[in-house]
Amino acid sequence: MGIMDQFLQQLINGISLGSIYALIALGYTMVYGIIKLINFAHGDIYMVGAYIGFFCITVMNWPVLPALLVSMLLTGILGMLIERFAYRPLRSAPRISVLITAIGVSFFLEYTMMYFVTPQPRTFPSILDDAAYHIGPFVINNQQIMIFAITIILMAILTYIVQYTKVGKAMRAVSFDNETAQLMGINSNRIISVTFGIGSALAAAAGVLVGIYYNSIDPLMGIMPGLKAFVAAVLGGIGILPGAAAGGIILGIIEALVSGFISSTFRDAAAFAILILVLLFKPTGLLGKNTNEKV
Amino acid sequence: MNSLRKRDLKAIVISLIVFAIIQGLISSEFLDPFWQLNIIVICINIIMSVSLNLINGYTGQFSLGHAGFMAIGAYTGAVLSVNFHMPFIIGLIVAFAVAAIIGCLIGLPTMRLRGDYLAIATLGLGEIIRIVIMNVNYVGGAAGFMGIPKTTNFAWAFFVMLFVVFFIKNYVNSSYGRACVAIRENEIAAEAMGVNTTKYKVLAFTIGAGFAGVAGCLFAHTFYIIHPSSFTFLASFNYLIMIVMGGMGSITGSIAGAFILTTISALLSNWPELRMSIYALLLIGLMFYRPQGLFGNIELTSLPIFRHFKGGK
Repeated sequence: MGIMDQFLQQLINGISLGSIYALIALGYTMVYGIIKLINFAHGDIYMVGAYIGFFCITVMNWPVLPALLVSMLLTGILGMLIERFAYRPLRSAPRISVLITAIGVSFFLEYTMMYFVTPQPRTFPSILDDAAYHIGPFVINNQQIMIFAITIILMAILTYIVQYTKVGKAMRAVSFDNETAQLMGINSNRIISVTFGIGSALAAAAGVLVGIYYNSIDPLMGIMPGLKAFVAAVLGGIGILPGAAAGGIILGIIEALVSGFISSTFRDAAAFAILILVLLFKPTGLLGKNTNEKV
Repeated sequence: MNSLRKRDLKAIVISLIVFAIIQGLISSEFLDPFWQLNIIVICINIIMSVSLNLINGYTGQFSLGHAGFMAIGAYTGAVLSVNFHMPFIIGLIVAFAVAAIIGCLIGLPTMRLRGDYLAIATLGLGEIIRIVIMNVNYVGGAAGFMGIPKTTNFAWAFFVMLFVVFFIKNYVNSSYGRACVAIRENEIAAEAMGVNTTKYKVLAFTIGAGFAGVAGCLFAHTFYIIHPSSFTFLASFNYLIMIVMGGMGSITGSIAGAFILTTISALLSNWPELRMSIYALLLIGLMFYRPQGLFGNIELTSLPIFRHFKGGK
């Protein structure tokens, strides 16, 4: 295989991985945009989504699509419950307390899950056959096509909700200025709750897709992708939805290229190195706007 | 000034009494090996939390990469005693120097960032340090570094801890410390008053990183083996939790936080399956009922009951 073919192949792998990061990053960026909280529990919500999908497919014997939808629905509700019981009581507390609470929620989800499902990784059943298609120089398999399709559909739905519905308009208003939005008659608590719900549902979809793609899930699977999705969100400009999507894909491609051409042990370091370079030269992210600090 | 010295002297006498009691308990084997080990871990965690408090609590620079500097110190100390057969004290000093130099190099560019961005950058740098160590075969790579002599005993851990606590206490009470607090309260105002904010931020970060290196060196010589996975960002979170629990900007608070959390974690080891879940719930509960930490930014020793002991008027 020539170096060009290998490059194109890693590009496809990178976009698949990047789509997953992008789906998680969208939830991160929405939550950060609206309440300025780095929700460290988001990666674990993705893990819970993967497990719900796993049980729907193996225990209930459902096909992929209903399993995906049920997982998104239940995880979305979980996200709203976490917001209601863990973050809402701390709305006026110092931000660091909310951050520590998020870390607490993250530990709680990981280890409670571990108590119920044991720390052993589970093998996700392969629901799609491994057929690969040759399109020009690209080789693409069924799983990757499914990841692309579902990611694009979900992003389209999200864009529609945020840009064209009343809830979306309210979300943008609350993230722009919470107090003014409340004066305009927006119930900001309800909108924040909806934001958590949508973000968590997207993470759940990413979890199920990862299960299908890598065939293995475990209770600590959310830590690294959660962190990298946050890197992706910062990369694109935190609080900006297209930024999160772009950041996720860019990160996925870079990781695939680093593990394909340099060494797979350095791919995590590459992700963080890029983050730091972006922060040093353009702290607001690739698509972010500069804001001046006022006294 | 005189009364300050007198106060320090009293604190040192009290510390020596505490040391004598614990050392007596260890020598008479009243404490089993599990708790003997945990007391050393408490001392190491106190060094980590007090040094992190200098960066996070006093200077207000949100750092999440403290475990990375601990890793640097741990590996430096281990290499010096295993490959170069250096005495332990040299290991501690060099561990401080190397961690401080790398802390300074990292601090210079990143201290321009603020708030969440700084937190994420330091978290990333901590992870990069760990991944680089994992890929260096000279120090064992991902398998870990084995065969480190077990030099750290309670006396070493206690006296190094005492030194670090006094150093940081005096630093915080000096004009340097006041500059740090000014930066925490309002960076722009501090700059307007002529405080060289970059200098003091980088200095605090360097000192904090150096002492984390010292803690790492003690840590390496406690457990016989060190492993890159002991220094993930989750470990950094752990130290952050200690200082938030004790109260940001309170040295006695971070000591109490390190002591309480390490003890809770040791006590919960009887229920390994539920340990972390209970720990998480305690953490969330604490943030609900005491978001400013147990002590806030008040020193325990400034409470009225203690004034009597300090001989103040």
